[in-house]
Amino acid sequence: MSEPNKNNKKEAMFSPKNQKLLSNPLGKDNPITVQVLGICSVLAITVQLRTSLVMAISVVAVMGLANVIISILRKTIPPRIRIIVQLTVIASLVILVDQLLKAYVYDVSRQLSVFVGLIITNCIIMGRLEAFALNNKPWPSFLDGVGNAAGYGSVLLMVGFFRELLGSGTLMGYQVIPNFLYDLGYENNGFMILPPMALITVGIIIWVHRYRDRNLVDIS
Amino acid sequence: MKAIHKLIEKTRPHFEKGGRFEKLHRTFEAFDTFLAVKGDVTKKGSHIRDAMEMKRTMFHVVIAMIPVLLFGMWNVGYQHYAAIGLEVDLLDQFVFGLLKVLPLIVVSYASGLVVEFIFASIRDHEVNEGFLVSGLLIPLIIPVTTPLWMVAVATVFAVIIGKEVFGGTGMNVLNPALLARAFLFFAYPSYLSGEVWIYTELQQGQQLVDGFSGATPLAVLSTGDIQNLPSVLEMFLGTIPGSIGETSTVAVLLGALVLIATGVGSLRIMISVVVGGLFTGFLFNLFAANPYMEIPPYYHLIMGGFAFGAVYMATDPVTASQTGTGKYIFGFMIGAITLLIRVLNPAYPEGMMLAILLMNVFAPLIDHYVVQAHIKKRLKRLKHARVEVT
Repeated sequence: MSEPNKNNKKEAMFSPKNQKLLSNPLGKDNPITVQVLGICSVLAITVQLRTSLVMAISVVAVMGLANVIISILRKTIPPRIRIIVQLTVIASLVILVDQLLKAYVYDVSRQLSVFVGLIITNCIIMGRLEAFALNNKPWPSFLDGVGNAAGYGSVLLMVGFFRELLGSGTLMGYQVIPNFLYDLGYENNGFMILPPMALITVGIIIWVHRYRDRNLVDIS
Repeated sequence: MKAIHKLIEKTRPHFEKGGRFEKLHRTFEAFDTFLAVKGDVTKKGSHIRDAMEMKRTMFHVVIAMIPVLLFGMWNVGYQHYAAIGLEVDLLDQFVFGLLKVLPLIVVSYASGLVVEFIFASIRDHEVNEGFLVSGLLIPLIIPVTTPLWMVAVATVFAVIIGKEVFGGTGMNVLNPALLARAFLFFAYPSYLSGEVWIYTELQQGQQLVDGFSGATPLAVLSTGDIQNLPSVLEMFLGTIPGSIGETSTVAVLLGALVLIATGVGSLRIMISVVVGGLFTGFLFNLFAANPYMEIPPYYHLIMGGFAFGAVYMATDPVTASQTGTGKYIFGFMIGAITLLIRVLNPAYPEGMMLAILLMNVFAPLIDHYVVQAHIKKRLKRLKHARVEVT
């Protein structure tokens, strides 16, 4: 969420059109709540806020860079093998991210386990490469990639926040719910840790989103 | 009665348009129609009228639940005093149970109705009576020891996610009461399984009797301990540990009579659930790979929530199949899946809840194929008839 705002302060390269590339995916064009893509990883890695955050940052990095690279190469990629080129680019970036995670945040990397590798198959990334980076210049492509990844990450963080808070009583690993509540008989909600509750949480976010933005209601 | 009418008419202007509590209009309307028949009269040409609107239908179900409720209250007291080894008379047992069960009912109704009223105000539709039934079903299918706040959380979850999300009463895919129980079961497993069925919070000077075990028959069976099973008569009468309302097959049968006599509950579903259960039970008998598979199939009907689920839960007119043939399939599958979960899956001693929820999801699909098959059959007959004419 905070990333595009920081960029907006610089202006100059941010024409209103470019700004929309960043802000649309956060709102009315959100990859998860509107396009319903990338649900699988949302269910898998949002048990804790920490893993959600690391995942969100990883996807922002991969998607921003992949969009730029594909955009630079867009005139040289033969259309018939473009998918395989895109995959190669994404896969290389994901391997880089994976190595970085292993080097600096090993415990989170272990918790994310296979899902870092599965960023490659995240349909949001492939979708943006196909739909945007192949036809646009590097800078707008970069904004589009970061915007979509931020839209994905924002939902990830919201789901992770509620699941960790209600499921484990902690946030980022620190206990948030005070001990006297537990003494009074409060219990952590075990359902929150199970994947179905992530789906329901995403559903509630979609519900709230559509309630606030009536234009989305008739889209389906 | 007149006093009530006067009170309603006196307060009505406050809730009409422009009144002080305009926002609470729907809440007022709900109480108004609950206490008295609505004053609206047919204005244009009259239609055939039946007194069986939704309020009365739901009330019949509530009446059908009274035997189960009363027996459940008594059983709570009976089990408690048996556990601490005290001999008291029937009334004391009942009063003890009443005091323990009543808070659960109050909390369940209060939390659910608050949500219903809020949604009715936001969406400006009438407050529906569906919750009268769900609100009473929820306390009946949980252990008496469930903390009150958990009941409230589960009820709110069930009403919002199970019902209001889909558009309110009559639109829900899943049975709200069972959804509340499923929520509790997965969210707070330690409060819904194990030694939770009997109220054993002891006062000073009390102690549990030697050899006390609070296990339900199903829990006993899942450990393979056939000898410690209660007698058939005990299980049939319901003097066994279990959720508040589920233990007594006799009381459930009384309720079933009311439901069938008033035409509210579907006899087809009840019968086919029982048939499905018995059939699968016989199949298990044929294989008889472990002691659990060898017990007589009818045992399954009187243990746990089988009878209760078949009569009160599976027959829910909203979430069950609508077509006649569909009801047979729907019920049969519930009975069969219940036994599969009970016997073959050691993680869940009771399968009724999960079986009904699963079939709730499949009910529209069953209906779809039943209707399609019917259309095909008719088309075939039509073709045949044409050939004969020409």
